Amino acid sequence: MSRRTEVLLWGAQRITAMVLALCVTVHLVTMIYAVRSGLSAAEILGRTQGNIGWFAFYTLFVLAVAIHAPIGLRTIIGEMTDARGRGIDLLVGAIGIGLAVFGMRAVIGVFSGGGGA
Amino acid sequence: MENLKVRIWRGTEEGGFQDFEVPRQESQTVLDVVTYVQRKCDPTLAYRFACRVGVCGSCAMTVNGVSRWTCRTHVDKVAEDNRVEIAPLRNLPVIKDLVTDMREFFDKWAKARGRFSGTQMRKDGFAKVSPESKERKRIEAGIECIGCGVCYSACDVVTWNKDYLGPAALNRAWTLINDVRDTARVERLAAVAGDAGCHACHTHLNCTERCPKGLSPTAGIAGLKRAVLAATLSGEI
Repeated sequence: MSRRTEVLLWGAQRITAMVLALCVTVHLVTMIYAVRSGLSAAEILGRTQGNIGWFAFYTLFVLAVAIHAPIGLRTIIGEMTDARGRGIDLLVGAIGIGLAVFGMRAVIGVFSGGGGA
Repeated sequence: MENLKVRIWRGTEEGGFQDFEVPRQESQTVLDVVTYVQRKCDPTLAYRFACRVGVCGSCAMTVNGVSRWTCRTHVDKVAEDNRVEIAPLRNLPVIKDLVTDMREFFDKWAKARGRFSGTQMRKDGFAKVSPESKERKRIEAGIECIGCGVCYSACDVVTWNKDYLGPAALNRAWTLINDVRDTARVERLAAVAGDAGCHACHTHLNCTERCPKGLSPTAGIAGLKRAVLAATLSGEI
């Protein structure tokens, strides 16, 4: 990996960290609110289904996670073990893609609605 | 006073702690203790010191798990339950007992391009650098580094990442980046960029906490992170 790429990954880590600080706060507040309103699938879906605002918010959240987590994992794996290099880069890249795919599946799932609980 | 119970590391990376008893004295330092052991108990004990008054940094060791200058460490400040454990600095190969091989510490200094590059000659006269200039004020503390290795020993990232240049080398690079006379800014920013450079720092602040001269390598490294990102985005490096 070139030095330039390493620097840009670090920059992306910092920026997504800022995005996540915001997203996590909103998400936590929402969860506390949801629990207090009586936690149920109906209550949650009532908020998210067809709501473009929540869809946009959670898409941003998922994409930020999909970028932030792999970069962090790469560093942690490199520090806690001796594993470094192409193999690890591909592994964390795959994890990032997985997070994006499954995350968006969930976001789309709670957005699109109707037809059964 | 009861004798101090001292455990001192013997050997290389392989070895073990050896127990000694040392009479306590008023205002006794850990260096006094090591000196006593070598002179009175076991002449084969190897250790480093020079000025013994807290200006040279040669006597740096690990005392009760903490990297510090032994000549500046009073026994009564660190001895818990009348015991002191003395080991060599962390993160460096051990030559013998309390003596470490400092070569990698200085090799990384060179890798971070921690040397001045200038173009002025004798005939050009003195460079005029205002002590009030923002660059000069940024490095006011950092230029006092004497390369004792305490920060390097204290740093967790140095332990986890063999290639990490470390706080002292990066602090030095920071002081040169802010030296307006220096002409190697671009090469130096490139040298400190990336996984082995300033970006590996996790801002644990061990270095800043332990520096016997009160420097903050963490602050310098944060400055390097900003400078390197800006230079990368602008295409300078």
